[in-house]
Amino acid sequence: MSQIVKISKGANIKLTGAAEKVLGNIERPTSFAVCPPNFHGLMPKLAVKAGDKVKAGSTLFFDKYNEQIKFTSPISGEVVEIIRGAKRKILEVKLKADSVLAYEKFEVSAASAQDVKSALLISGLWPFLKQRPYDIVANPSDSPKSIHITGIDSSPIAADYEFLIKGQEDVFQKGLDALAKLTSGKVHLNVNDKTLFDSAKNVQINKISGPHPSGNVGIQVHHIDPVNKGEIVWVLRAPDVLSIGRLFKDGKYDASKVVALAGSKVSSPKYYKVLPGANIKEMFGNEINNGSRVISGNVLSGDDVSIDGYVGFYDYQICAIPEGGEDEMFGWMAPRFNKFSLSKTFFSWMTPNKEYDLNTNMNGEERAFVVTGEYEKVFPMDILPVFLLKSMITEDIDAMEGLGVYEVAPEDFALCEYGCTSKIETQKIVRKALDLVKRECG
Amino acid sequence: MKALNDFIKKIKPSDEGKFPIMHAIWDGTYTFLFVPGHTNKNGVHVRDGIDLKRTMIMVVLAMIPALLFGMFNVGHQHLLAIGEVTRDMPVMEMFMDKFIFGTLKVLPLIVVSYGVGLGIEFVFAALNKHSIHEGFLVSGMLIPLIMPVDVPLWMVAVATAFAVIIGKEVFGGTGMNIVNIALTARAFLFFAYPTKMSGDQVWINTSLDEGQQLVDGFSGATGLGNAVEGGKSALDEMGASTFEAFIGFIPGSIGETSVIAIGIGAIILLLTNIASWRIMLSAVIGGIVMASIFNMVGDDGSFMAVPALHQLMLGGFAFGVVFMATDPVTAAQTNQGKWVYGFMIGILGILIRVANPAYPEGIMLAILIANVSAPLIDHVVVQNNIKKRLKRVKTV
Repeated sequence: MSQIVKISKGANIKLTGAAEKVLGNIERPTSFAVCPPNFHGLMPKLAVKAGDKVKAGSTLFFDKYNEQIKFTSPISGEVVEIIRGAKRKILEVKLKADSVLAYEKFEVSAASAQDVKSALLISGLWPFLKQRPYDIVANPSDSPKSIHITGIDSSPIAADYEFLIKGQEDVFQKGLDALAKLTSGKVHLNVNDKTLFDSAKNVQINKISGPHPSGNVGIQVHHIDPVNKGEIVWVLRAPDVLSIGRLFKDGKYDASKVVALAGSKVSSPKYYKVLPGANIKEMFGNEINNGSRVISGNVLSGDDVSIDGYVGFYDYQICAIPEGGEDEMFGWMAPRFNKFSLSKTFFSWMTPNKEYDLNTNMNGEERAFVVTGEYEKVFPMDILPVFLLKSMITEDIDAMEGLGVYEVAPEDFALCEYGCTSKIETQKIVRKALDLVKRECG
Repeated sequence: MKALNDFIKKIKPSDEGKFPIMHAIWDGTYTFLFVPGHTNKNGVHVRDGIDLKRTMIMVVLAMIPALLFGMFNVGHQHLLAIGEVTRDMPVMEMFMDKFIFGTLKVLPLIVVSYGVGLGIEFVFAALNKHSIHEGFLVSGMLIPLIMPVDVPLWMVAVATAFAVIIGKEVFGGTGMNIVNIALTARAFLFFAYPTKMSGDQVWINTSLDEGQQLVDGFSGATGLGNAVEGGKSALDEMGASTFEAFIGFIPGSIGETSVIAIGIGAIILLLTNIASWRIMLSAVIGGIVMASIFNMVGDDGSFMAVPALHQLMLGGFAFGVVFMATDPVTAAQTNQGKWVYGFMIGILGILIRVANPAYPEGIMLAILIANVSAPLIDHVVVQNNIKKRLKRVKTV
């Protein structure tokens, strides 16, 4: 029984520099790093030390509190260095790749839920499965009421998932079959009007339409199969399923993925086949212009990794946008035709198809909540966003529960944060609150 | 521009120094001249161009038509009172005289209001070590617009100080206040100095130069003041028929008389989405409903029988609904709550105005009462949302 969900609230931010649907060629870099901060809520414990030889699929570190969850190397080569930050927090496990990759061979079978689980865990693919509530890596001992896969990325200049998957439908289906074993409920594949996914079997296909954040899996879950207190839903993105499918097809961790290199600071934005953890400068140093902010992920909730950074585990998009920093004279009253605004105090609402080249300026200073009703316009859930945020700020867990904290993830608030007149960092507030509730109730 | 930017950054005083107010003043000036080029660190990497300054300046902009009209009307009413012009003459006659007279009367009120209010804001910003928040940009303009022209300047100063300190700063500043700042100032004066805020002596400036005298039979009462006694016929007689009240050449507080000028402001606020259309619409509906109920029960010729549309054109109803009821900080914050909140203002505004002889105008009290009820209204909406979620658990 397929569901049709029409999302009316939200907004598409049109930026210049969307990736052309062409696959570019690049050499595989030698410098790699797996970064534990990619995985929120993780307490990493190292399984290797500098100088160790690893294969693609060898465990680099694992979660201290759930040792089954392993994080593996995307390449074969040598562990070069462990970079630690404050309080000896592990930031990067740096690797140097061999010229020819050698893979760990896994005996995998998708016969039962247990087989699928152990295959995903040993190969390091498990972290693709995230859970609602709390937006963290799923716990293998839970049994989710359903699994949701989003087939849409609606964020600005995002990768087109259809382009990423086209031609690999058989592998995709293999991944879906494996995932179907993991839940007693349904696997939902939430897609827009594109037909690529229509032939997918073993899943319930739901049609989602509307502006960003309709592609956010949390929004889809809310409309199709909302998470109540005590329930768990696992979520992932469609291209993740490809990696899972390949594991069950070939028995090895082939982490390669296609990412969109996009943004106004990219000379020729297009798609590239890369490995997670690959060094961005080595691959795209010539493509990305100076003075850019390099983001792994989208411009609303991705990580500022800088040009020396690495492709994130979860990301299918690398963005380079102009770094701001310049004061703007009388900017608060000038017409500013070059700004895109969700409010109508700018002229951008009259030119809905114009693409904007936005920089990283805050365009104002942080203030208390003053304007009301603006979050509601871009928050397509039956949740009162400002009241939920206020309960989060005051750490009132009872109120948070009542107002729907179990259904939200920071990314769902990204548009609120974008359009906030008072420049409040909503995603940070939500992340902190989710961690608090997890600690107290999880 | 670059030179100015370099200069202002060079003279930045320390916020830890002996005189933190210097830093507050510097910061206020700097952020007035420039939007600081701070960049996003975590979370979103790009941000909307809007900020609170822009929002507030839009509201001030929306008040300009009412202000200009008010200035002109102050002069017009004055010349009418001393017989220089009569109601039969075209209103544009002696345009500059009227406008200049009005400007000279109104400008000092604006200067005092902004001067006192911003002064206090700077002191609190320095004490609390935060930057100047923009809320008073709007309040500072609202206060003169809801005063009678003859109010003494020192009263405006005292009322502004009271409103900013007790109405806002004790709650934590912009965004934290419970009741509308400008209405706090007005209510303060209304109850502390009723003779200067009501009656028939204050609405028209009757200062006389040598050789001038008031016209025979001059009455300085507002439309509402007359209507309490004489109903609709008194209004028509004094030149405040529905249409005349809509245009606005009638006695009243400086900014409140012209529904047209206020309407232009309302259009600006609605087009820019700054004010809530829900509140405005439901307040007007509430006003019409309440006035119609009075129409049904009132005797012919009485105040109760003044037609609903005419009621809405009079007094501060339009001004209050457009500029004060829609203040997002003190209004209900949920969309459903805004409907209830606006409707309540409409009902109460007309109810107090008509049913209570002590107060010739009720919209100020209606908004203040609605302000303090807003959290309760929101509470109900929030609880509904919570209950809906609980119900979902039970049905699963």
